[in-house]
Amino acid sequence: MNKTVKNAEEAVKDVKDGMTIALGGFGLCGIPENCINALVKKNVRNLTCISNNAGVDDFGLGLLLQGKQVKKMISSYVGENAEFERQMLSGELEVDLIPQGTLATRLMATGYGMPVIYTPAGVGTEVAEGKEVRRFKFNGVEKDYLMEYAFEPDFAIVKAWKGDTMGNLVFRLTTRNFSPLVAMSGKITIAEVEHLVQPGELDPDHIHVPGIYVHRIFQGENYLKRIEQRTVRKKIVMEVPFIKK
Amino acid sequence: MLDKEGIAKRIAREIKDGYYVNLGIGIPTLCANYVPKGINIVLQSENGILGMGPFPHDGEEDADLINAGKQTVTLLNGSSIFDSAMSFGMIRAQKVDLTILGAMEVSESGDIANWKIPGKMVKGMGGAMDLVASAKNIIVAMQQVNKAGESKLLPKCTLPITGVRCIKKIVTELGVYDVLPHGGFKLLERAPGISVDHIRKSTAGKLIVEGDVPEMMID
Repeated sequence: MNKTVKNAEEAVKDVKDGMTIALGGFGLCGIPENCINALVKKNVRNLTCISNNAGVDDFGLGLLLQGKQVKKMISSYVGENAEFERQMLSGELEVDLIPQGTLATRLMATGYGMPVIYTPAGVGTEVAEGKEVRRFKFNGVEKDYLMEYAFEPDFAIVKAWKGDTMGNLVFRLTTRNFSPLVAMSGKITIAEVEHLVQPGELDPDHIHVPGIYVHRIFQGENYLKRIEQRTVRKKIVMEVPFIKK
Repeated sequence: MLDKEGIAKRIAREIKDGYYVNLGIGIPTLCANYVPKGINIVLQSENGILGMGPFPHDGEEDADLINAGKQTVTLLNGSSIFDSAMSFGMIRAQKVDLTILGAMEVSESGDIANWKIPGKMVKGMGGAMDLVASAKNIIVAMQQVNKAGESKLLPKCTLPITGVRCIKKIVTELGVYDVLPHGGFKLLERAPGISVDHIRKSTAGKLIVEGDVPEMMID
């Protein structure tokens, strides 16, 4: 079984105007750079994007926002993007802000074949407006839970560190974040990988997403991997004692 | 009056050996610098880390390794990486012992607001709603009085709330408080040099003072 496609352009060839796309990544960490660029180039419009964040002004999903290709964003945190804020406040962009754990679990539910989840996050807040609330006794406590629906995106797009031609995926460090859940949620799931390998080269015990969830995979290129907040420890300067000659 | 570092130092004294701790952005992050000697904890970052370490040395930062504040970090020995569903799974299942987060307002019944200022700031709640809805042990680090001199310990939150009746302990620049189950801020400790009167004037919600309230120990 070979799920390899040539490149990002081929992978997103049938993404159409008005579709819903879930994308992996946390901030700029682990975002599918190649596919985002291909969607920008393809200029598909009226997209609904499910992604924890919305990129920054000139990178990641920010590029799709710049081109006004996004009709609606479903995210938990969108703080680092001025163009996003402008479009949202002017009403050009619909925004559905939902709790981060709810977002992750609504994606997971899809991949696990479950139509809804119940979560306590957002009970009593504006997030709960219009949603069904049920009271459960669980973990020794009785409390209210919100019913939230599983997402059903047309396409799911992730970037993995390694993947084989059968679609098995391995992520590196915190690029994992939402990506396995996003990968499980797509009617069609696309994976771009830093290293495309042959079946047998990945240890079956180390697979994060089994290939059954992945429909197309390709060798990505030219990753920029921009860092949003570059924080480092202060350099420890060794004090060299002055030596008299 | 305590500065941010002072608030962080005081909160750090609440951290016990063996705790798994989630630190929010801002003052909570500073708490990691003041964990008492001999106390071993594991830091959780909700983007999928247990065992988060300090910032990397210059030149050793890795774009693939960040914390929930999108800052480059490192991993300590014994760390693990997982996806976001599992991360909030362990939060919901109350495996995390202590959550320290910031707030813009807290009400006397323990409601918290920290995600939105209508018309001004709409960045989103991130993981805050999940954390406050599930965590069993939350300490709020906040400024009790804003620059305009208004108290942020209120009878009722004025901003859209993040969670209902979920806050039990607060540390501010002026004092340490328990939020009582039937409502009200019970003053436990005063910041060095701050009088009960000063605190009374800086608390808009119901303040409960019993007996002599000690000054807090910081160092």
